[in-house]
Amino acid sequence: MTVNIIAYIGVMAGVTYLVRMLPFVIFRKKIKSRFVKDFLYYVPYAVLGAMTIPAAFYSTGNIASAAVGIGAAVLLAFKNKGLLAVAAAACIAALAVEVLLKYVIPIAN
Amino acid sequence: MLERGLLMESEKLSFREGLADGVPIGLGYLSVSFSFGISAVTQGVSAAAATAISMTNLTSAGQVAGLGIITAAGTLFEMALAQLIINMRYALMSLSLSQKLDTGFTTPHRFLAAFGITDEIFAVASGKPKEITPSYMYGLILLPFLCWSAGTLLGGIAGSVLPEIFRSALGIAIYGMFIAIFIPPARKSVGVLVTVIISAVMSCGLRYIPLFSHVSSGFAIIICTLAASAAGALLFPKDDREEAASE
Repeated sequence: MTVNIIAYIGVMAGVTYLVRMLPFVIFRKKIKSRFVKDFLYYVPYAVLGAMTIPAAFYSTGNIASAAVGIGAAVLLAFKNKGLLAVAAAACIAALAVEVLLKYVIPIAN
Repeated sequence: MLERGLLMESEKLSFREGLADGVPIGLGYLSVSFSFGISAVTQGVSAAAATAISMTNLTSAGQVAGLGIITAAGTLFEMALAQLIINMRYALMSLSLSQKLDTGFTTPHRFLAAFGITDEIFAVASGKPKEITPSYMYGLILLPFLCWSAGTLLGGIAGSVLPEIFRSALGIAIYGMFIAIFIPPARKSVGVLVTVIISAVMSCGLRYIPLFSHVSSGFAIIICTLAASAAGALLFPKDDREEAASE
């Protein structure tokens, strides 16, 4: 069974909008629960951790180029480089490995 | 009293000031949405559909998870639940921002402006020393919205026309950005570090352990997010001093 792309987009947009809109329009009180506040504080990091690992290793043509790209990204992120620099480094490193595997090594052999 | 009087006399936040504050956010969004557009077409979602997603959702993590659910032909329930949990943080931001709105922020304005509350827009708006007016909010949202939509379209087109080897290498861009987002705070906060590690380890477990092979990517993100965030909140509650420093 395939679901229409429009239906997917509608559900995505609807839920995302309601999550933003309801507290903005209706609730006028502050969240008091320490646990709920801390939980929501950690949510973005948990989401990013689960989405990045292991998916990032399958994001390019092969695991080797992805691993090198991830390594480059982690290195630059550790040096507090910006989003764009880190992403560009990951792409360039992955591309270098792909070119190596596809063109350079076959010729050398 | 004097301070309050001065504050009321000073000009309210304008549309132009919002536009100016939105420039750096928009520039940042261009590159992230470009990666999202490429990611979408490499997974078989058209550039037009990806742009429609960006124009109606205006969020990164939720959209990437959504792509995964669409390409895996997940159910609409799974999609709704994933968006609810991944984007739940916006509810807290909306709530927080609703506390510092100008009296001109009537209910219709709230309905409209709520659409544009993202992590970055929230951060800038809540950092303003004055109350937030609807004009300021619309100015602040406009450029990031346009950049987010245009970047997705351009990325989708680039992803469709670039040779395979470039497309393949660009597929990692969005993950590079994710890494750039979570590594700096993980270095500063043990709680963030442990939360990311728990979530990543669980995500690997759900992917590679045969027992969990029927768990789809969307539900995997939901499970990891709930468990790791709860663990982070229980093991590393933030004290008020730390919270003040991070805001």
